[in-house]
Amino acid sequence: MTTPPDEPTAPPPQGGASSGPAKPVPRLHLNKTISVLTAVMGALLFLVAPQFLKNYGIYLLTYWLVFIIATMGLNLTIGYAGQKSLGHAAFFGIGAYTVAILMKAGFSFWLGLPAAALICFAVGLVLGFPALRVQAIYLAFATLGFNTAIWLVMRNEEWLTGGTFGINNIARPSLFGLSLDGNLAYYYFVLAVALATSALLWGLLRSPWGKAFTALRDNPIRAESLGIDIRNYTLLSFAIGAAYAGVAGGLFASLVQFIEPAPFAVSASIMMYLMVVVGGAGYFLGPIVGAAVGVVLPEWLRDVPGVANWYLPMFGAAVVLLMVWLPDGLLSIPDRLRAKREAKKASMARAQAAGKWGAKS
Amino acid sequence: MTAPLLKVTDLKKAYGAIQAVDGVSFEVMPGEIFGVIGPNGSGKTTLFNSILGQISPNAGAIELHGKTITGLSPLELSRRGVGRTFQTLQVFGKMTVRDNLIVAAQEHQGSMLGRLFAPPDSGLGAKADALIDQFRIRHVAHSLAGTLSYGQQKLVDIAMAFMAEPDLVLLDEPCAGVNPSLVGGISTLLKNLNRHPKFGKKASFVVIEHNMDFVMDLCHRIMVMVEGRVLAIGTPAEIRGNKAVLDAYLGN
Repeated sequence: MTTPPDEPTAPPPQGGASSGPAKPVPRLHLNKTISVLTAVMGALLFLVAPQFLKNYGIYLLTYWLVFIIATMGLNLTIGYAGQKSLGHAAFFGIGAYTVAILMKAGFSFWLGLPAAALICFAVGLVLGFPALRVQAIYLAFATLGFNTAIWLVMRNEEWLTGGTFGINNIARPSLFGLSLDGNLAYYYFVLAVALATSALLWGLLRSPWGKAFTALRDNPIRAESLGIDIRNYTLLSFAIGAAYAGVAGGLFASLVQFIEPAPFAVSASIMMYLMVVVGGAGYFLGPIVGAAVGVVLPEWLRDVPGVANWYLPMFGAAVVLLMVWLPDGLLSIPDRLRAKREAKKASMARAQAAGKWGAKS
Repeated sequence: MTAPLLKVTDLKKAYGAIQAVDGVSFEVMPGEIFGVIGPNGSGKTTLFNSILGQISPNAGAIELHGKTITGLSPLELSRRGVGRTFQTLQVFGKMTVRDNLIVAAQEHQGSMLGRLFAPPDSGLGAKADALIDQFRIRHVAHSLAGTLSYGQQKLVDIAMAFMAEPDLVLLDEPCAGVNPSLVGGISTLLKNLNRHPKFGKKASFVVIEHNMDFVMDLCHRIMVMVEGRVLAIGTPAEIRGNKAVLDAYLGN
């Protein structure tokens, strides 16, 4: 048996370990302050804006909020955990139909909404399993197949879903005796849910789970070698993302008051994926921007005189340009500017150093 | 007489007709730095991947602390105190250096649900800072790991393997692509981590490396592999003087 020899002598070439205690980097704090300020101002805007809008405007804002909630979940799945899902609209649909069917059966909306979240969580967990075997484009196709299957159920199982006729006259709930029937009241309710769900997601991403999701996205093999159970986190990223879509779907059903299979088809999943990417996958506020581009912008373009006939090609062209020039999404612009600034600073420093060595002739 | 920390017995792994690892046996003692050298294609990395659960060996046994670990997943091995680095850089590029270190140990404590409600740094901040200072990467601690130079990322990569207080760390070419001045730094770091354990545990290492000066200086014992077989095991001095090794490898 060999035992290791004692203490081979070697001088510490870099000196000991003494760089002092951890010092916070001010820029990070500034960034945080800016994000918090933006968030607060955004929230205020959402709070005040509808007062100046007509019914359709309020409806559109609510629609936007619903898609923000849905794509927040998808941003967790795609942006933070790196799981390419093209089945998000299926969960959105499951949430909508859960609320609609339960309400038609005489249950309260307040039972329907949590049920929508729970059912989507469970189905999302199941959909996560293919992701344990396949990744990237193959995973996208697997989830796309799932979406098609769910869509077919919505269309064909008339006894449950009403088929292509859908389910109509879905009521809006009332809260503590306060009716949310009016567009403005319902808007504020959806805003409250959006704020609550973003706060939850913020907390989740700040917790060790957030780091584990990011580790899973950046490098699953390394993550596993560090004891991170990538199986659990993969499944959870799908399940939590799906639960968000479920809540959004439930709110959607009660907002539009009539649902049929079309808004839950694969094309809607692709659109949601687009929203996440356009806003900036992995940016917390990305879904707000992305959903604005995906939901509000097309509506607005449609109403601009002279553009009405062109809004779809224009929208398409804008997305193509965006993907070419800003593949990381709109919210990556500040990061890009900063990187540019730092590169400039570095090359200036290099030039100066070169000058000192007399490189200039 | 101490019991070996890692014991590999007659390990075999074939890819088709090629016997990548062909009956390799060795022991690593607690606190030992054990080097593995050999020409390219001699089976070093296959040996590593078999020990680390990345691939399953065709035959043979691997024991850690006298318990069989053959075929365990990388996840399970990590939880049993086996850390590793990879041949290529493997840091989490979009996380800060400090977060890279924290995430490297956070799953070794508490329960899944508990971690959801744990503080963001899982209480590992002080430990991460200690390693950051030891690895002299304080000035980049809050930078995204992906933006660092290769050498700095390499240091982060190695530091991550030590966050969870492993008993055994397998290092796959820690000096590959690193400039000569940093090679000395890494060597000193590894010696210090081995001799003056920060967290009360004395880690053993298995190191694959092509840099002969580094291996000879760092390792207590060295195993030479050629064509999937063990050519020799011995102290650096013994390996240097081994005629078969000189003929097969060092002489070239």
